[in-house]
Amino acid sequence: MPPVSRALKPLVFAACLIPALRLGVGALNAVEVWHIGGISLGADPVKVMLHTCGRWTLNFLMITLCMTPLREITHWSLWLRLRRMFGLFALFYASLHFSVYLLLDQGGKLAALWQDISKRPYITIGMLALLLLIPLGLTSTAKAQRRLGKRWIRLHRLVYLIAALGVWHFWWQVKKDIREPLLYVCGLSLLLGYRLWKHRQSLARLSVARPARTDGA
Amino acid sequence: MRKRSNSFKVLPSEITPYRHYLSRRSLIAGGLSLVAAHGMGGFARRAFGQAAALTYVRNSAYSVTEPPNSYQDISTYNNYYEFGTDKSDPSKNAQKFRTRPWNVSISGEAEVTGTFALEDILKPHPLEERVYRLRCVEAWSMVVPWIGFPLGDLLKRFKPTSNAKFVEFTTLYDPQQMPGQRVPVLGWPYVEGLRMDEAMHPLTLMAVGLYGKVLPNQNGAPLRLIVPWKYGFKGIKAIVSIKFTQRAPRTTWAGAASNEYGFFANVNPEVDHPRWSQATERHIGANAFGPRRPTLPFNGYAAQVAGLYAGMDLRKYY
Repeated sequence: MPPVSRALKPLVFAACLIPALRLGVGALNAVEVWHIGGISLGADPVKVMLHTCGRWTLNFLMITLCMTPLREITHWSLWLRLRRMFGLFALFYASLHFSVYLLLDQGGKLAALWQDISKRPYITIGMLALLLLIPLGLTSTAKAQRRLGKRWIRLHRLVYLIAALGVWHFWWQVKKDIREPLLYVCGLSLLLGYRLWKHRQSLARLSVARPARTDGA
Repeated sequence: MRKRSNSFKVLPSEITPYRHYLSRRSLIAGGLSLVAAHGMGGFARRAFGQAAALTYVRNSAYSVTEPPNSYQDISTYNNYYEFGTDKSDPSKNAQKFRTRPWNVSISGEAEVTGTFALEDILKPHPLEERVYRLRCVEAWSMVVPWIGFPLGDLLKRFKPTSNAKFVEFTTLYDPQQMPGQRVPVLGWPYVEGLRMDEAMHPLTLMAVGLYGKVLPNQNGAPLRLIVPWKYGFKGIKAIVSIKFTQRAPRTTWAGAASNEYGFFANVNPEVDHPRWSQATERHIGANAFGPRRPTLPFNGYAAQVAGLYAGMDLRKYY
């Protein structure tokens, strides 16, 4: 591995942690443990933590979904080496998002959590997205990838559904100003549209190479 | 029940030097400590230092005993979509907002109508401080020391007729000054309304100040409504029109999503917002990571106002 890309991973890793570190310092400032200038979570730090982690979950899902198109467009394999890390950061921020919600917002009350999940559709789908993301994280190792073979690809296609649920979860909880969730809808449509287009292209190539099958498979 | 001072002035000529204000305030308020000044950030300190002081009397009978939120929190955490939809937008975008000259139009079912300069609207009313709870429909809350006067005293001056069943308020429409109005997030201008008996209730306040000083622009200067038993969005800001009507006004949030926001919008822990619970609230302030608090019926003002809604189905009229 050339030294540039060997240094790349730890650098990107550190960069991915910045939002979480900012929140950590902001939270300590908020409870007046520290006073590190410039980092304030404002009047409602719980909400800022909740929303920041939620946003970064979506951001990392989008970034992860950018890796394959970027590799195909630029022909650099470097992108794929970062894909797993970005995917795991999506899971990391989703877990933080959930923890802030359960521990700080709901005071760790499981009864309140259950009520919210069963009564509020946007929380139901958010929870579903997080639960679906967990097996993807668990099977992200090279070993699991080898063991699962073709099933790994099928399993990890869940990320499309997870990203859609995540964006929906965001859309559904904004009060009125849908501009920001709309941006994610556009981004996700672009990323999924690209895959659909690629898929059709390869189907077309396939039908040119071979006579059309009539068994409908 | 209300204590009133004999003199009241909000004119710029009456600006009191800050240290005089402090000493007078400590006399008037009996040494209420300046909790606000403690722990303020640079921004709030600057803003607090600039705002003109007001002469007022504290109305303890209508004030809660809970400690008020800091000036910093109250003046940087605002829902005021005319200046942006993020809570921190108004404190950034409203700084150059011009609140003078300011006119208020009075119209509809009243004997006295016309357009009045703000100074004339305010002149006869002695100011009082009332520390009120504020509960936002988004399930957070604060305690705010408002300076203002009862809306009812203002409305009586215009001699509403027997046809006046409701009062409709409108915010200034000026996209030049209010960048949020350039985006159709809500139907502009913002409109709110009250039933006549709600408007005349002694708790209903026309606010012109905060923490003893002129209202910061981001909090709705120069004139805003405070109805402490209702969700915060009823508290319309930068009012330019007051109209007496026979029918219930079409209010902005009810127009935007009538299944989520009603005309009455009374704080009610038993009627959830369709997408979130109203049973509890997160109290903004020092104990930011503390547990959520139970929300009180009518935001804790049930003893004073529940009678206004006797016999009404509050699930239907949310």
